[in-house]
Amino acid sequence: MEAYSMNSQDFFEALEAGVLIGSHCLDCGTKSIPQRQICPKCLGSRTEIVEYSGKGFLAAFTVVYVPSSMMANNGFDSKNPYCVGIVELDEGPKISAQILDVDLSNPESISIGTKLVMASAKNNAGENQKPHLAFRPV
Amino acid sequence: MILMPEKKLKRGVAVAGVGLSKFGAFPEKNSRDLFVEAFLDLMGSMKGFDPHQIEAFYLGNFSSDQFEKQAHLAPILASWVGLSPISTLRIEDACASSGVALRQAALAIASGQYDVVLVGGVEKMTSLEIAAVTEALGTAADAQFEVSVGFTFPGFYAAMATAYMHEFQADPKAFYHVSIKNHNNGALNEYAQFRQTIREIMESKKERAAQKGRPVPAWEDEFDFLSDPKGNPMVAWPMALFDCSPVSDGAAVALLVSEEIANSFTETPIYMIGSGQASDGALPERENLYSIPAALEAGRQAYQMANLGPDDIDIAEVHDCFTIAEIIATEDLGFFDRGKGWQAAIEGKTARDGIRPVNTSGGLKAKGHPVGATGVGQVAEIWKQLNGIAGERQVQGNPKIGLTHNVGGTGQTCVVNIFERRA
Repeated sequence: MEAYSMNSQDFFEALEAGVLIGSHCLDCGTKSIPQRQICPKCLGSRTEIVEYSGKGFLAAFTVVYVPSSMMANNGFDSKNPYCVGIVELDEGPKISAQILDVDLSNPESISIGTKLVMASAKNNAGENQKPHLAFRPV
Repeated sequence: MILMPEKKLKRGVAVAGVGLSKFGAFPEKNSRDLFVEAFLDLMGSMKGFDPHQIEAFYLGNFSSDQFEKQAHLAPILASWVGLSPISTLRIEDACASSGVALRQAALAIASGQYDVVLVGGVEKMTSLEIAAVTEALGTAADAQFEVSVGFTFPGFYAAMATAYMHEFQADPKAFYHVSIKNHNNGALNEYAQFRQTIREIMESKKERAAQKGRPVPAWEDEFDFLSDPKGNPMVAWPMALFDCSPVSDGAAVALLVSEEIANSFTETPIYMIGSGQASDGALPERENLYSIPAALEAGRQAYQMANLGPDDIDIAEVHDCFTIAEIIATEDLGFFDRGKGWQAAIEGKTARDGIRPVNTSGGLKAKGHPVGATGVGQVAEIWKQLNGIAGERQVQGNPKIGLTHNVGGTGQTCVVNIFERRA
């Protein structure tokens, strides 16, 4: 994973290439996402970039009816809501993502623990053409 | 986390007076006008106090930069009430800004640097459209990794609510109980943004429908109303409109003085006997999503300094930016066991006549949430309750110990302060 640095924007460079990166600590083994130069657990700086499998499960979620401006630009509103959640990766760390392909008309049907796999969601917003992180049920 | 076994203030600090502007939507008022209103409220309650005695001004303000295109607000506000050239500073810790400002002012007094400090909090939010407000508030979260996937503030707390409901099989009706209770309290607070109970809001919506010749909704009671998306539209499932604190304008001030001179300012000082503050990363970095670790740590510090425990707290103002946040707060502060806060809310334990009155002011939900003013606003309620001057919403039994719990963002900042009445 030498293609990517610890600079936070490289997370998005990798994502654009369809790769989910983070870091792991060579001293204590703690895994992080996104990647971090300094281990949040042992504070050591011997960390290296790792690639995650992109598999995980839903740890928490919401269906948003009053969108952020970015999502409003992507066409979402109260009649066309979207799901975002927190995904716990099989490797352990958690990250926020949009959750695709769930029944938005019935949020109660969306369940914590659902197995997910990484996808990516396109943005229409002018200044931010890059995709953002998304997952969908396996 | 514990760096030293004991943390005490080097000398005591007291609150000698409080002041509030009305909270609400005031198109005719800017930050400085709201602040003047709160300052005059303080001065009106302090006979013979000469503001020239104030040595420093600590301001909590989240984002006048975004809301009013005005940075560097502290010296402007100080000047506007005639306090130049005293030392001023502005503290930004999102919605915990003025709770933190109050703590920092107390630490400055405890250090011996000052004896008399004015603490203020202000936010003028209604100048922006709701989408812009949502975006401005979003900057309190991690813009790169959380907001970038579509999270909003209601969304963060809604996600915590799903984790909480899943972990403890909580009945989501508990959220209604929090909202109804806080509106019941806010209805009795002359400074509150919403001075109506949810029942009254429901009845007025029915009346309006009838007046306009529209079909009158068949809501039988508050629960019926709150479970109807026509009355209570969804914002971020499972958080609906009446789960969310409003967009507000408002200001709050408190006069902090060193303990030994407190009685020369007022006959009814309250003493700051405990204080704690902690921080955290973004929401996904936490071990679980149904608790706020910074609140646990800030509470631990404050209880330790005060040498008190949760059972000693008579009244509390907690950060109910969303109804789930109040339930989690009552667990993080140890008022109820983990996973039992939702039942306590349903059973009325946090009502004014319950065993642990929470948010007698109406809380952020009903009193309003001008984010930078909220922390000091909480202290104003504790002052009134401990001094027995909270009017119709006064808690019975002469409360002696009060606690404030003020959260920034999703819990990246939390400050907990504990106050005592000694007279």
